[in-house]
Amino acid sequence: MAQVVVVTSGKGGVGKTTSTAALGAALAQGGENVVVVDFDVGLRNLDLVMGAERRVVFDLVNVVQGDAKLAQALIRDKRLENLSLLPASQTRDKDALTPEGVERIVSELREKFDWILCDSPAGIERGATMAMRHADMAVVVTNAEVSSVRDSDRIIGLLDSKTLRAEQGLRMPKHLLLTRYDLARAARGEMLKVEDVLEILSIPLLGIIPESQDVLRASNLGAPVTLASPASAPARAYAEAAKRLKGEQIQVTMPAAEPRGLFGKLFGRRAVA
Amino acid sequence: MNLLALFRKRDSAPVARERLQVLLAHERAVVGGSDLIAILQEEILAVIAKHIAVDRDKVQIKLDRGDPVSTLEIDVEVPSLVRAASTARRVPEAAARR
Repeated sequence: MAQVVVVTSGKGGVGKTTSTAALGAALAQGGENVVVVDFDVGLRNLDLVMGAERRVVFDLVNVVQGDAKLAQALIRDKRLENLSLLPASQTRDKDALTPEGVERIVSELREKFDWILCDSPAGIERGATMAMRHADMAVVVTNAEVSSVRDSDRIIGLLDSKTLRAEQGLRMPKHLLLTRYDLARAARGEMLKVEDVLEILSIPLLGIIPESQDVLRASNLGAPVTLASPASAPARAYAEAAKRLKGEQIQVTMPAAEPRGLFGKLFGRRAVA
Repeated sequence: MNLLALFRKRDSAPVARERLQVLLAHERAVVGGSDLIAILQEEILAVIAKHIAVDRDKVQIKLDRGDPVSTLEIDVEVPSLVRAASTARRVPEAAARR
């Protein structure tokens, strides 16, 4: 059965789009049939990070409003044939997304794909609530920094109240993806520790993505980091996070501190249940 | 840079953790619809307004949300004691007459 996953955070700039692209590609690399959907209407960027910016003809709003068929708007990845992108509109605003239109598209996507990853815009307004509305589970992207943790806490509250699952009285499974993590700084007491963020937000850990030049390099090249540099630390962390999303039990690896690499030890941390 | 400054700089993560824990405890309560401090503030002001013509600009409110105690400080500037007292007396009388 298809899984709809919302990648959300509240705060901007924490790595939602990068993570959507990397998790989507990692799932596809594992043989799953995946679509990544950009809900950031007006400020689309998933197309750019995926390297498909020059192939966008129709977008999410065109399909919502019935101006284009879903199949016309979907862009198949050139590297992975089982990975597709549904881009957002760049010229419209978020009010162009109607609840009925989004519901229709999500149910059509459920027929075609195993995984539907919804890249949420920042904030808690319409775009963000539309992106999370039909989710079966959520990936909460957080940096180990006070404003990001506070906004994540707010988003967790919305996931538990504003989603269809919540309204039906069902539990919304939520996973924490800690991005741009700098182990060396955390060890020096300059950055919140993984344990601190987990304790404060109290949702299970999906993965820790280390701060790395490889992520910027990948977005420069227009490829998810798991495709651009599969052997890099962030790519391995995303690949493992994708497996946990599928329900595999793998210990969370503490990323190595760049550039020293002294801390690349395995920590016996509890992964997603 | 002296040693003390170096030590203080390294200690910022525990401060972040503590600030977040206090803040989120309060914010979660607000979302749950039971922000006691905000309710108290509104009701105290309403009681004062019943007896004195309160100029909102002359009311200073200081709030410090903390753990384990929060403080709410309300400082109301009363125009003149005599006038305030007579207003205060008149209101209950008016109520009694009805």
